[in-house]
Amino acid sequence: MIRFTALATLSAVALTAASSAWAEPKAEVLHWWTSGGEAKSVAVLQQEFSANGGTWTDMPVAGGGGDAAMTALRARVLSGNAPAAVQLKGPAIQEWYEEGVLADISAVAEAEGWADVLPASIAGHMKCDGTWCAAPVNVHRVDWIWANADVLKANGIDMPTTWDEFNAAAEKLKAAGIIPLAHGGQAWQDATVFEAAALGILGAEGFHKAFVELDADTLTSDAMVKVFDQMRTLRGYVDDNFSGRDWNLATAMVMNGEAAFQIMGDWAKGEFLAAGKVPGQDFLCASTPGDGFLYNVDSFAMFDVGGADKEAGQQLLAKLIVGKNFQKVFNLNKGSIPARTDVALDEFDSCAHLSAQDMADSSANGSLLPSYAHGMALRGAQSGAITDVVTAHFNSDMSSEDAVKMLAQAVANSM
Amino acid sequence: MVDWFQRHIPKIVLAPSFAAVLLFVYGFIGWTAWVSFTRSRLLPKYDIAGFIQYKRLFASPRWETALNNLFIFGFLFIVIAMILGLLIAILLDQKIRTEGVLRTIYLYPMALSMIVTGTAWKWIMNPGLGIEALVRGWGFESFSFDWVIDPKMAIYAVVIAGVWQASGFVMALFLAGLRSVDGEIIKAAQVDGIPTWRIYSAIIIPSMAPIFLSAFIVLAHLAIKSFDLVIALTGGGPGYATDLPATYMYTMAFSRGDIGQAASSAMIMMAVVFTIVVPYLYSELRAKHD
Repeated sequence: MIRFTALATLSAVALTAASSAWAEPKAEVLHWWTSGGEAKSVAVLQQEFSANGGTWTDMPVAGGGGDAAMTALRARVLSGNAPAAVQLKGPAIQEWYEEGVLADISAVAEAEGWADVLPASIAGHMKCDGTWCAAPVNVHRVDWIWANADVLKANGIDMPTTWDEFNAAAEKLKAAGIIPLAHGGQAWQDATVFEAAALGILGAEGFHKAFVELDADTLTSDAMVKVFDQMRTLRGYVDDNFSGRDWNLATAMVMNGEAAFQIMGDWAKGEFLAAGKVPGQDFLCASTPGDGFLYNVDSFAMFDVGGADKEAGQQLLAKLIVGKNFQKVFNLNKGSIPARTDVALDEFDSCAHLSAQDMADSSANGSLLPSYAHGMALRGAQSGAITDVVTAHFNSDMSSEDAVKMLAQAVANSM
Repeated sequence: MVDWFQRHIPKIVLAPSFAAVLLFVYGFIGWTAWVSFTRSRLLPKYDIAGFIQYKRLFASPRWETALNNLFIFGFLFIVIAMILGLLIAILLDQKIRTEGVLRTIYLYPMALSMIVTGTAWKWIMNPGLGIEALVRGWGFESFSFDWVIDPKMAIYAVVIAGVWQASGFVMALFLAGLRSVDGEIIKAAQVDGIPTWRIYSAIIIPSMAPIFLSAFIVLAHLAIKSFDLVIALTGGGPGYATDLPATYMYTMAFSRGDIGQAASSAMIMMAVVFTIVVPYLYSELRAKHD
């Protein structure tokens, strides 16, 4: 009997020892990719994670474009029980880092050579004080202009390459009884159009000064007045019924020829493709007038978690996220392009090829810029303050000069 | 022992809920007040930084709009809902045959959530889908009803939906009040040959003063905490033209990671509630002591 107990104890000890040495990778992942295509995309990661021996705990929190997920995150962090990986992006990563809750995944990043395959400005977002703390998933381009190919052909219009050309084309379309610009009157959509116009008019350098550095002189410059003038002009090209319209309904207007153009990030492409439209044939994609590339990069920030199994899970997850296979499969589903530049793009469509080409070019000449409207350039309080002014101006008869004054005040007040 | 127990049992039974209220209501009011004096952004911090959040709040044009909207919405919502509620109650009070049916019909909107009301009215008032499109379809091409997309008028569109939702409830309150007036007095007045409108304006309505106060308090707090109606109806838009303090607070706390700012706006909202409720409580308590 005694011998039996001793044996049992021994084997129990051996078992514990084995399991701790063999820490099975575990990761709890907080994200808000819950809609059809997005859920499919994240399921790819989940499968790959389990195929590599990991245990994935899914924590999807839908609602409010991530607001609900952020509230859940706040509660988890405050109770000292953060998930291993959280869908976060842009300066929010650094904001959480300053709260002292992010983990250091430099070991994985260096072993995988992330620095060589990610564009420098995107890699910058993934680092906290020089160490890697997040893994990028994709690159959405924001400054796209989408058009209905038949409508343009019927009216003898080419894809505009300057804002003046765009305005001339819009006038022509308006006269022909077609809504020139499909737009939804929601603050973030107003901001999306605004930053596209700002990139074209201020140029890459001016955009960086205004929306990354928040330089007061640039924010109040004459060029900024011109940006608001262009917004006022664009307001005239939108139908009367645009208030509160969702972006995908605006995309549908372009699809069925009710409207000619839409200025929206490349998630709009997903709508076209889902409706069976062919890029270059049924619909056209081009960057908005002006040079530069505004990116919106989704990423997973890695939070400090205790325990060998959780850390192993975190590192495996980081490795897989930036891995070539996931980057390809995920982005084919999502309509964006891979963040790493060495993924073969054979299966991607022509718009994605254009996007990848422009990303490489703009990364080389320094015009690869973070999107302010999608929370890549500024923290919530500052970008929100700018959006307030943009949407107030767009939805009223405020003069451009007043808007510029308000802009400077709002930015100062948000600090 | 049993004696002691019997004497103290009410206190023992009340103690848990008393403690819960103390912590979850007053405790968190205190916590919010504290946070409103800090520079909290993403997570709450506890280093006092003075009145900075209140300065920022009152320098923000968006907060100004939100506060103005609260006063416009609150005033019109309360006044129109009360007048309409009283009117319907008086008309229903004329001993008509189908009163039960009508009363239910008027009361039903109260059974809907504000989200449903907001969404339904969003479509009804949408110029491309709702009333405007309908009337234009009848041939009145110049008819226009586009309040919901006009930044200057959008808040009045919110008032319409709010009144539709609440006036049935106010009617029920007033109807109960009308019925509680002593029938003998009314009969006496009728015998004296006083016209019906005089009976209402000089006898019945004045004797319903407490009902007015209750209706006012209920409507006022509905107006101040109004959130879902605006979110569903306009999403705060066009621009931020229909923002209310509650939606402002939500945006700051949950979308922009600016908890200090949200806390300060919550404190101002509470101050507005107190300016309404405290005189009411004061008068109630004094009335009991008299």
